[in-house]
Amino acid sequence: MKKNILILTFFLIGYSSFSQNVYLTKHAKVDFFSSTLIEDIKAVTNDAISILKIESKEVSFGMSIKSFKFENGLMQEHFNENYMESDKFPSAKFKGTISDVTNIDFKKDGIYPVKISGSITIHGVSKDIKTKAIFTIKNGKISAKSIIKLKPEDFKIEIPSIVRGKIAKELAVNIFAEYEVYKK
Amino acid sequence: MFTKKILLITSLLFIFIISNAQDIDDLMNEASNDVVNYTTATFKSTRMINGHSTETVKKKHLDFRISHRFGTVNTGISNFFGIDQSTIHLAFDYGINDRLTIGYGRSSYNKTYDLTLKYKLLQQSNGKKNMPISMTYYGSIEAFSRPFANTDRTNYFTSRLTFVNQFLIARKFNESLSLQLIPTIIHKNLTPTVFDMNDVFAIGIGGRYKLTNRMALTAEYYYAYHSKRSITEYNNPISIGIDIETGGHVFQIMLTNSSIMKEGGFIYGNDNGNIFNGDIHLGFNISRMFSFN
Repeated sequence: MKKNILILTFFLIGYSSFSQNVYLTKHAKVDFFSSTLIEDIKAVTNDAISILKIESKEVSFGMSIKSFKFENGLMQEHFNENYMESDKFPSAKFKGTISDVTNIDFKKDGIYPVKISGSITIHGVSKDIKTKAIFTIKNGKISAKSIIKLKPEDFKIEIPSIVRGKIAKELAVNIFAEYEVYKK
Repeated sequence: MFTKKILLITSLLFIFIISNAQDIDDLMNEASNDVVNYTTATFKSTRMINGHSTETVKKKHLDFRISHRFGTVNTGISNFFGIDQSTIHLAFDYGINDRLTIGYGRSSYNKTYDLTLKYKLLQQSNGKKNMPISMTYYGSIEAFSRPFANTDRTNYFTSRLTFVNQFLIARKFNESLSLQLIPTIIHKNLTPTVFDMNDVFAIGIGGRYKLTNRMALTAEYYYAYHSKRSITEYNNPISIGIDIETGGHVFQIMLTNSSIMKEGGFIYGNDNGNIFNGDIHLGFNISRMFSFN
């Protein structure tokens, strides 16, 4: 009996320490912005999912393409229909590792810059990227933000020459996530 | 033995917890069932070819349309196969919100003015809410302003009016194929002859097949039920066309047996050509979308 309790305790400790090292959000904010002389295009989603696993240094993001909202409804329709082909490729994903995660002291309030590298998949095309991110620890809450620059051409997103001047060559994507402890 | 068993169970439990939806793909799949996924862009434009589609104009957008139908191709080289002659329709459609569109137009056919209203009742969706079809109501009042042909009788202003009511019912079957059914009632206050009905029931069928992201093949046909006593020659409108989209523009090029671009005219059918006699018109619609966002 004693042995049983011992094992159970070990198990519980294992479980609790494990769960504390996995963080999740289902409402990460991702927006992108394209600016040209002719017009500005911007869209935002507040429903991106992100998982942060400290032990394995992993960070991942996933979002539905259709969840991006534009102020201009016609742009939103063209974005889904003509450019992202969101019926064919419904989501965008990023899976990466934080190489210097050990620099972050999760128990101490502060601002910690880190380096992230991984693979981003948009429009069915994967590309390896490297970026910098900033982790903020405040009252035990973890949040992270990053800006990445992406080129539509890299993801085989076709832009007809007639509208080429309206869409920037490179789009800035802003990412902001506030994590909670993962509970199943 | 006993300890081993416990260890096994614990480790199994442990593995279970680790593998329990910790992957982004699993979470994405879970989340996709919690949102309503609305089908968009069932058709490229608010018009199928001559008639309307379930699409409405987006909020704070103005759709300015110029439509032309040339003369019939069987008029030969002396009439440049119909190009010498043309009927025109100009229309302004404004999106009050994503569901409600109001419109105003003017046709050269009988010098007709029209006011239209379009309201999206149902939007096809899957995910949390499953709706197999999109449905839009379309209503229109047409008033012709050319002088009355018969001046011997008393002509009232109301005699100039035609009312159109339609339910546009569509389904986007896949990325390429969308089909539409259009039950229609047309009321004409003044009919071509006394033997013709004031109320005509019609059913339309239309579809589009996307050839590329920006180009689609379209077709449209209406069957209208007329009185057996009628001596007027009626022809049901049939059309095939191509939609070409470039950013804010949609070009529609078509072949049709009707030179009329309003429902009260082409569905009623008394001025349509007979396709078997070669009464085919080349035509086009140009739609330019202006955004007021």
